[in-house]
This record gives sequence, C-alpha cells and structure tokens, in this order.
Amino acid sequence: MAGAARLSLDKLTRRFRDKLAVDALSLEIASGELVALMGASGSGKTTTLRMVAGYEPPDSGRVWLEGKDITARAPRVRGFGMVFQHYALFPHMTVGQNVAFGLEARGVSKAERSARAATALANVDLDGASPRAIQSLSGGEQQRVALARALVIEPPVLLLDEPLSNLDPNLRRSTRNELRATLRRLGLTALFVTHDQEDAFAVADRVALMENGRLLQVGAPEELHDNPVSRSVAEFIGRATFVPGDYDGKSVTVHVAGTATTLAARAPSTLGPERNVLAVLRPDALAFVKDGSGWAGVVTDRRFAGTQLVYRVRVDSETEVELQSTDRDVREGDKVSVRVVREPVSVVAT
Amino acid sequence: MKVKADQRVSWALATPVLALLLWSVVYPNVTIIAGSFAHGLGYWRDFANSPSDREALWTTLVVSVGSVIGAAAVGLPLAFVLSRVDFRGRRFLQAVATLPAALPPLVGVIAFLFLYGESGVVTRAVQRALHLSEPPWRLTGIWAIIFVHAYTMYVYVFLFVSAGLERLDGTLDEAAAGLGASTAFRLRKVTLPLVTPALAGSMLLVFMSALGSFSAPYIFGGGLRVLSTQIVASKLNGAMGMAYVETTVLAITAIAALLLLRWFERRRSYAVTGKGSNTRISLRGPMARLAPFLAASLVFVLVLPHAMIVLVAFARDGAWTTQVLPPEYTLDNFKRLATDPQLWLPVRNSISMAALATALNIVVCFVAAYLLVRRRFAGRGLLQLLVVLPWAIPATAIAIGLASTFDRSAPAQLRVLLVGTFWILPLAYFVRGIPLVTSAVESSLRQMDPSLEDAARGLGASWLLAMRRVVIPAARPGLAAGATLAAITAVGEFVASIVLYTHANRPISMEILAQLRNLSFGTAAAYSVLLILIVLLITVAARLLGGRPERVETIPTA
Repeated sequence: MAGAARLSLDKLTRRFRDKLAVDALSLEIASGELVALMGASGSGKTTTLRMVAGYEPPDSGRVWLEGKDITARAPRVRGFGMVFQHYALFPHMTVGQNVAFGLEARGVSKAERSARAATALANVDLDGASPRAIQSLSGGEQQRVALARALVIEPPVLLLDEPLSNLDPNLRRSTRNELRATLRRLGLTALFVTHDQEDAFAVADRVALMENGRLLQVGAPEELHDNPVSRSVAEFIGRATFVPGDYDGKSVTVHVAGTATTLAARAPSTLGPERNVLAVLRPDALAFVKDGSGWAGVVTDRRFAGTQLVYRVRVDSETEVELQSTDRDVREGDKVSVRVVREPVSVVAT
Repeated sequence: MKVKADQRVSWALATPVLALLLWSVVYPNVTIIAGSFAHGLGYWRDFANSPSDREALWTTLVVSVGSVIGAAAVGLPLAFVLSRVDFRGRRFLQAVATLPAALPPLVGVIAFLFLYGESGVVTRAVQRALHLSEPPWRLTGIWAIIFVHAYTMYVYVFLFVSAGLERLDGTLDEAAAGLGASTAFRLRKVTLPLVTPALAGSMLLVFMSALGSFSAPYIFGGGLRVLSTQIVASKLNGAMGMAYVETTVLAITAIAALLLLRWFERRRSYAVTGKGSNTRISLRGPMARLAPFLAASLVFVLVLPHAMIVLVAFARDGAWTTQVLPPEYTLDNFKRLATDPQLWLPVRNSISMAALATALNIVVCFVAAYLLVRRRFAGRGLLQLLVVLPWAIPATAIAIGLASTFDRSAPAQLRVLLVGTFWILPLAYFVRGIPLVTSAVESSLRQMDPSLEDAARGLGASWLLAMRRVVIPAARPGLAAGATLAAITAVGEFVASIVLYTHANRPISMEILAQLRNLSFGTAAAYSVLLILIVLLITVAARLLGGRPERVETIPTA
C-alpha cells in the first residue's frame, strides 16, 4: 500500500447519522507534495482532513504514513501539525508560548523551546513577535502564528483547514503566495482543505476535487481546468458554457446559431464516440470576430472584471455563451459575431 | 429634532424607574448607614469591642471560605466529568445535578435535618448498623453549615464551569492534541486556564451567598454566631444601633466581593471564537460499565433530600420517634393544609405576595433593561449600579433596611408606614428580584440585532409599535426566565421574611419554621412539598409562556 507515498488514504469512509460524509475516499500524497482538497461546503473535505489528523475515527478504511498504518493512533501520537480555520490559538498564552506549546508538550527544555520558536516565527516573517498577546495580532498575523506553531514540531505532513478563508481579499492573495513559498522552502508535505479554487490553484501542486463525499478528479490545476472528467468538475472549476454536440472520438460537432460547427475535442478516457455530449466552452476560448464568420448573436450583458470584460452573448434561442475580451467598445444590445479561437475544447458526458 | 425627542423618551422612562429604585434600594441602605453613626462612632466602638460580634464576623468569613472550598470540590469535578465524558445518561445527570438549587433554602436545610440530623434517617441507620449508643455525628456547628452550603451551592460552580466548558472552543483542545499534548497536559495548560474566569466567578458567587446565608446557620448553628443571625438577634433584642453596624459590615463585605468579581471578570475574559464543537471522551472497557453505576449513586445522593421531604410529608405527626424511617403514613398532613383556613393562609399569602412582587419586577426591570441596553443618557451609570446593588447586599441587610425605613409615616422624609402591613414583604421580594429579572432581560435584549428597532422605526412604526412588535418579543425569553427566578425566590423566601413578617401575612417559610418548632415534622414537610410543587408549576408555566429559542444542532460538515 505504501509505495513512494508519504501519506496514503485508503478507502476512508465516514457516516454521520444517515448522511455519508466521506465515501471510500482514496488518495496518495508524495513526499514534498502540496495537495488541496477542494469542494463545496458539505462535500466532506474537512471530515477527510479530520480523519487524517485523527480527530474523527473513520467507519472504515485506513490511513498510512510512510508505510505504517496509523488509523488507530491518537492525534497526539500522529504529530501532524494542524492549522485550523479559526487558527485555534490559545488566547491565554503569548505568541511565543503558543508556538512553543508542542515542544513543551514533548518536554523540550525551555532554552531550546524559545530558540526553536524564534526560528519558526522567523520562518513566517514574525521575528520578535514572541512576547506579544494573541489579542494584539491581526488576522494575517494570527494565521502565520498558527502556521509557525504547527511547523515547529516538524510534522511529517502539515494539515491546513481553510487556512485562508478568514482573511480579507487583498491579504488573502499575498498570504497564499507566502504560504506556498514557505511550504516549498521548507520542503514540506501538506494537505490542505479549501472551498476556493484560486487558493487551491495558487498553493497546490495537485488538487483533489470532492463532491458528496467522493473524489471527482485529482490532478494538477491545469489538468482539472482543461480536461475535466465530468460536467461537475467543469462546472466547479472556472466558468463555462455547455453546448450539446456529437463526439466522434476526435472532434465534436455543435449546432449553434443555426450552423453546425466542428471543433477539435479532447475527452476523458471514459468517454468514447457518442452522439450526445456536452462541449465545454470556456470564456477565454471564445472571441469576437469582425468579419462575420462566427456565430451571430446579441450582447445581453457586459461586466467589467479588472483587466478584461466578460460579455454574455445570446447566439440562439437556447444558447447564451460567456466570453472574455479586452475589447471595451462592445455594448449591451450590439449585434456581434463570436468564434471559438482556442482548440481543442473539452467534452464531457451529459 | 429626533435626538431631542429620543432623549425625552429616555428620561420619561428613566425618571420613574430611577426614583423607585432610589427609594426602595438606596434609601433603606442610607438609613442603615446613618443609623450606625447615630451615636457618632459609639455603635462602631461597641461592635469592635464585642467578643460575640468579632466571633460572628470571623465565623462568617470561615464559613464562607469553607463553603467556597466545599462547593468547588464538588462542583468542579462534576462539571468536568459531565461535560467532557460521554456516557449513557449524561444529559439526564446534568439536569439532576442542578436539583439542589431547586430546593427553596429553608426546605433544603430541613431535608438535611431529616436526613443527617441527630434523629435523621441516615444518622439512625448508621447508628443501628454500627450498634452505637450515640448518634455517630451531630449536624451542628461550622462543619454542618459548610456541608449544607456545599450541597446547595456547588450548583453555581457546576453551572458556571459547565457553561465555560461548553463555550470553550473545542478546536483549542484538538489543536493541543495535534501538537502532541497528553490529556493531563491539555487539562493543565489549556482547559483549566480557560475556565478560570468562570470558576473564579462562581466561587465568588458562592462566597457572597454563604456570606449572607441565614437558614443554615439559623437551624444548624447551635450556639454559633454568624453576622446574619447576629443581625436578627440584635433587632429582636431592640439593639438597633448594633444591628445597623452589623448590617453595614455584612453589606460592605459583600460589595467588596462583588467588586472583586467584576474586576476579575474584566481582567480575564477571552473572546472565544470558532465553531465551539465539543470533544467528549467516550468511555470504553470497565469504566464504561462503572460509569452508569457511579452516576446512579450520585443521582441517589442528590435526590435523597427531595425524596426525604416527600416521605416525611406523608408521615403521621408524632408517630415518628426513634425508628429509622417514619412508621405510619397518612394523607392527613395535606388534608389539613387544604381544609384548615389558618393553615392554608400562608400558602395564599406567599402566592399573592410573590405574584405582586414579580408583576412589579416585570414592568420595572423591563424598562430598566431596555434603558441599559438601548439608550444612552446621563443617568445610565447610576441605573446600572442600582440594579445590581440588591444582588450584592445580603437579604438580611435589605430586610433590616426596609424595616427601619418604612416603620413610620413621614411624607416629608418620603417615609410610608409599611412595617406590620401586607405591603412590606412584596416590597422586599421586589427588591430581591430586581437584579434577577433585569439581567435576564438585558441578556435577551443584547442578543437582539440593534438595527431591528431602528428598522421598525424607519418603516414608519411609532416608538410604541416598535416596542410592542420588536423589542418586547425579543425580550420575552429573558422576561420569562427572569420572572421565573424572581417568582421562585419570592414564593419560598425566608431570610427577609423572618425580619419583616407579621402573623397575618406570614409566608410559607415562616409557617414551616413554626411547624418545626411544634415538632409537627409532617406538616412542615407537607408545606415543603407544596412549595416544591409551586416552584415546578412556575417553571413549567414560564417555559410554556416564554419559550426558549430552539438550539440549533450542527452536524460537522466539510
């Protein structure tokens, strides 16, 4: 079972009353790998993380760490550092005491404790914060103290539960970059839970997407975006317009705006040539064309999204596509022409 | 314009409330303090030179500290076990553990007399079993008082610490475990420090209750003097100057404890964040089988006083002499209560006086709580002080204050003759109920989103309509809970009653005492059962009327 994996989850299952929270979930994490468990709330990602940490006993299935079955071990024996969503910093201790707590529990001498706590704090850019009170910290600082507290015990795998969800958007962006940099620099293996795909994409090497207690797809962020294995994955990752079409094994023919258009296609291995599939049209794969060669349509919505604009274009009575463009001159109600400019497009089963 | 109108409303509400509280709470206390200096420092010198008063002060402090230790020794472990260990019947046991608080003070003391007194059931059973010629112990003196206090007052420690543990963010414990801390280490380093404010608060509460306690020292004291009994004795002897000094000393001690409590609460309270999901240890193996047995024995010990009262209520008066259990049972005690108008009178008195006091509490305390939570005006600080004052001042002191202020009619001094009339006891009950009802309503109103009232006004509702449709419904759970507490306290009130009652308006507690003196134990117990039933009835009625907000159960999800 172990192989090269540092941490391996083997058919973990957990049921709450009549709800199957986690359903036979298997996942392997290699040494030094950063993996995100992503999903909507209620998908079972936190329960999975808690089973890995040992806070929640699985109804069945095993957890392996470096080839050893640790399923029956108590959390304190596993020694995974965990960063909690609300950080769970001890309010009656200083920053330094918080960070040194895991060492104190291991009977490390006071001098060594404070030296190692100082190093851990320096690792998260909080040099000299040791005597400060927890109440005096900002949200971002609290997050970093929680990280330092987990790092100081040198965990075999670092677990993080929504570590960024309590930060405001700007801080969140910079913190996630720092988080990845810190984890990389220290060569850590980490499993973290998030509902936010930007967080997942920014931090993780691989993303495990969950829905209703099951893994939908595991892969690098680009892979999930470009090669979704199902409509659910395509819906969860990025934005997309789904257009029905026929797939012949290499290309997909869609009937839009009164014309049949054949596009190069890429399908998950489970999908063979089939008449009824859905082509996934990403907003960045579509563009306005001036020569009138594309699908004719009317702009129904125009929204400014930072560097680009997002337009919705009604191309026939059933289909409204979303497209991303740097063109600012198009207005609502304008008659336009739209074309797929990036192929292949991915297809998924209906 | 709007601000001015708002200020007018604030003052229109605050003026009568402040006037009533100044008159009924502050004025009597000022009378006492002034009375203690009526002969300059003469009374104070007498107090300092009186060996019995010095002994009383010292004994009061010893009893109070002993009660704190006893209550914590019982309440703290019990709270930990019942909130942290999961076993069958845990919730039931949590409810049973609060039973001693449901006994009106005098009734609890009598139950102990029946159980552990010289001729009590347990005492005699032990004596029989060991073939002793003398009872194995006497329930008198300091230890007896502390024993009774620990039994009735551990509930404060239990409730405070349990609440503290429930509020505690469970992820803190998980975080500590994840960092490698053992159970004992987590308890010492994380859990105990975090419940320290709750523990300290409850211990000071026990201290203050023990300080003002009257029933236990009065019944079990033997020759022992404590301040509260000393005050009543001085008053009975007509030594009012001495009573004033003793009352002032008792009140000052209590207020000092209150200030200490407030200071402590402010110093060490942490905002607890997080989901607050609680981790409980599940018992396995032999402990799991032992736990229900231990729990059952605990329930037995806690229910015993209640059971004893019920048992004695059915015992034939005079037939119970040297047997372990009463030999003859009858319904006569209850029949006599229901048929003899003289015996029924105290029941009617207690109910009507408690109802009157509680009704006044509801109106006055609602307005006070509304002003405290929703309004900013100059007299707010004073109002805040006035509503907690009766909580800090022991009941004996309140009673002496009322007795010496409203003992004559002198309109120029705002004095009305109330002593000897029906009205003095409801007034005393009202004063004792002020902090209970006000704080309950305050906490309900604080939970209300403050913008709700503004939203209602913004939608064009008049102040009265907003009050009726928004504020009062929000205050309802607090009103129900506070009024329940006030009514329960009033209907079984003993400490203020013994100072202020007259034969015509004697409440149940005084009649119980009279029956005990007559050695009519069965009748005394029947009154006690009736009192417990009334308390139950009030509780159930309040639940139905006020309702409690549903607790939302959360299932852990991702």
